[in-house]
Amino acid sequence: MERAAINVVGLSKRFGSLVALDRVTFEVRPGEVFGLLGPNGAGKTTVIRILTTILHPSAGRAEVVGHDVVREASAVRRLIGLAGQYAAVDPNLTGRENLRLIGRLSQSARARIRPRASALLDRFDLAAAADRPVRTYSGGMRRRLDVAAALVAQPPILFLDEPTTGLDPQSRNALWELIRELVREGTTVLLTTQYLEEADQLAERVVVVDEGRVIADDTPAALKAHLGNTVIELDMGDQQHAARAAKTIDGRLGLAEAAEIEGSRLRLPCRDAFGLLRDILNLLEADGLVPRTVAVRESSLDDVFLALTGHRTWTGSGTEPATAGGSE
Amino acid sequence: MTTTATGHPLSAGRLGSWIAATVRDGLAVAWRNLIGLRRVPRLLVFSTIQPLVFVLMFRYVFGGVVGPSLPPGVSYVDFLIPGIFVQTAVFGSMNTAIGLATDMQTGLMERFRSLPMARSAVLVGRTTADLARNVFVVTLMTGVGFALGFRIHAGVPAFLGGVLLVLAFGFAMSWIFAVVGMAVGDPETAQAAAFPVLAPLVFASSAFVPTDTMPGWLQAFANHQPVSQTAEAVRVLVLGGPATGDVWQALFWDAGIVAVFAPLGVWLYRRVI
Repeated sequence: MERAAINVVGLSKRFGSLVALDRVTFEVRPGEVFGLLGPNGAGKTTVIRILTTILHPSAGRAEVVGHDVVREASAVRRLIGLAGQYAAVDPNLTGRENLRLIGRLSQSARARIRPRASALLDRFDLAAAADRPVRTYSGGMRRRLDVAAALVAQPPILFLDEPTTGLDPQSRNALWELIRELVREGTTVLLTTQYLEEADQLAERVVVVDEGRVIADDTPAALKAHLGNTVIELDMGDQQHAARAAKTIDGRLGLAEAAEIEGSRLRLPCRDAFGLLRDILNLLEADGLVPRTVAVRESSLDDVFLALTGHRTWTGSGTEPATAGGSE
Repeated sequence: MTTTATGHPLSAGRLGSWIAATVRDGLAVAWRNLIGLRRVPRLLVFSTIQPLVFVLMFRYVFGGVVGPSLPPGVSYVDFLIPGIFVQTAVFGSMNTAIGLATDMQTGLMERFRSLPMARSAVLVGRTTADLARNVFVVTLMTGVGFALGFRIHAGVPAFLGGVLLVLAFGFAMSWIFAVVGMAVGDPETAQAAAFPVLAPLVFASSAFVPTDTMPGWLQAFANHQPVSQTAEAVRVLVLGGPATGDVWQALFWDAGIVAVFAPLGVWLYRRVI
C-alpha cells in the first residue's frame, strides 16, 4: 500500500492540566481531502499546529510523508503549506510582497517565485489588488491571500485551518472550487471545519473530534446516512406536549432514530422528511396535538454531534447530560 | 527524499550553512520590516519626535543649570548630543518588542514557524531592521545637533566610531527587547513592560547630566550601568580624550548582552506557542 501522507498515532497534548488532545489516531492518504470536523475548542487547531511543527506533542507521534514532525521538523516544513484560522499575512506589505516573502522563506528558487506569485494572484482573483497594501483588503481577500501564501512553494501537503470561517457564501464557494482544483493537481489537503456541509462538499473522509478525542472516522456521506440527512423539528409549545408527541410518533411510526426532546421542541432525524411529515402531522392531530412551528432542514454538524456524543456542539465544557433537557 | 537531520544546527560542518541561512532569511525578514516602516511613516515620525523633544528640552530648559557643573571648556550641547544618541537607541529598542509581539498576535509568527527558514531569522530580521531605523534617527539627530550648536571636537573618524558604538548598543538593547516581546506576546504589554525598565536606565545615567551631584548609592548604579558607560565612551570619541578604556567597556556590554539575549530569544522563538 502507498505510504500515508499523514500518519497520526496516539497523539496527545496537554497544556498544564488541560487535555487538548487525547490519543488521536488517523491516517490521511496521498491526494485526498481529509476533514477534521469539530466544534470550537475540540482540538482541531492543536492537531494542525503539531503537524506543522509549531507545537510538540505531549505523547504519541505524527508523521508527514514519513517524516516525524518532532525529530525531522525541517524536512516536514519543506513539504507543507499552512493557511491558518486568522489571515496570517503582513498588513503593511502588498499582496505580491507577501507572497514573495513567503516564497523566499520557503527556500523556493528566486527565479520561480515571481511568476508563481503572479499566477497565484491571478488565480485567487487578487491581481487587481496585488500591489496594494494588504491592510486595504477585505476579509475575504485577506483569507484568499493567506491560502495563496500557503501555496507559493507548491507544497504537496496543505493544511487549511477553518479556511472559510467568516467568508461570505460567494467567497466560500470560490475557495471550495480552488481546493478541488488543487486536489485534482495532486495536493493532499487536511482541512478543519466546524461545518458538516463543508466537510461533505470537500472531504473524502472525515474524523470528528470532540474534546480532544476522535469520536468518528468515516466518510461524510456515511456519517449523514447514519443519522439521516434531514431533520424535522417540531415546536410543541411546551415540554409536556413535546413528550406526548414523541411518544405518539415513536410508538407508531417506527423511525430509525428515536425522537429527541429539547425543551418544547422535538427533533426527528430522518431520510425522507417530506414523505414523513404528512404522517407525523396526521398522527399528532389524531391525538389532539398541533405543533406551533414545523421546520425541515439539512442535518448539521450539530445533529451529528448530538447523535454521536449526546451533547450539542456549543455546550463547551462537555459536562452536559446525555439527554439535554431544559432550555438552551 | 533526503532525510536531513534537524538536531543542533551548530554541529561542526554545518556552521557555515547555518550562518548563510540566518543571513539569507534574516535579510528577507528585515526587508519586510523596513517596508512596514516605510508604509507606516508615523512609526518613524514618533521615534524621531521623541529625541527631538528631549534635545530641545534639555538644551534649553536644563542646559543653563547643568552647564556650570561641566568640565571647563565643554558646552552643554556637546555634552548632551552623545547622551541623546544613546537615549534614542535605548528607547528605540522598545520597537523590537512591539514588532515581535505584534507578529505573535497576528498569527504571522505561526506561519514563520511552519516555514523551512532559519530559526533565528525572525529575530535577526527584526533587530537588523531596528538597527537600520537607528541609523536614520541618529543621522537626523546629528543634523539637529549641528543646528543647535553641537560640534565635533576629535575628528570625523572618531565621531563615526562614536556613532557605530551607539548603533551597536541599540542593536544589543534590541535583543533584550526581542526577548521581552517574545515573552509577553502582545504589543501593549510589551510597551508597558519596557518603559519602567528603560526610564531609570536612561535617567539615572550620565546621558543628560553629570552624575557627580547624585546621591552616592545612585552614583554607584549610574556610573556602572551600560547607558552611562556607552554615553561616556561616545562622548570621549566626540569630544576627545583618552578613549580606549571607555570604548572597550561599552563594547563589552554590547557583546555580553547579545551573547545572553540572542540565544534566549531564539530559544523562546522555538518554544513559544
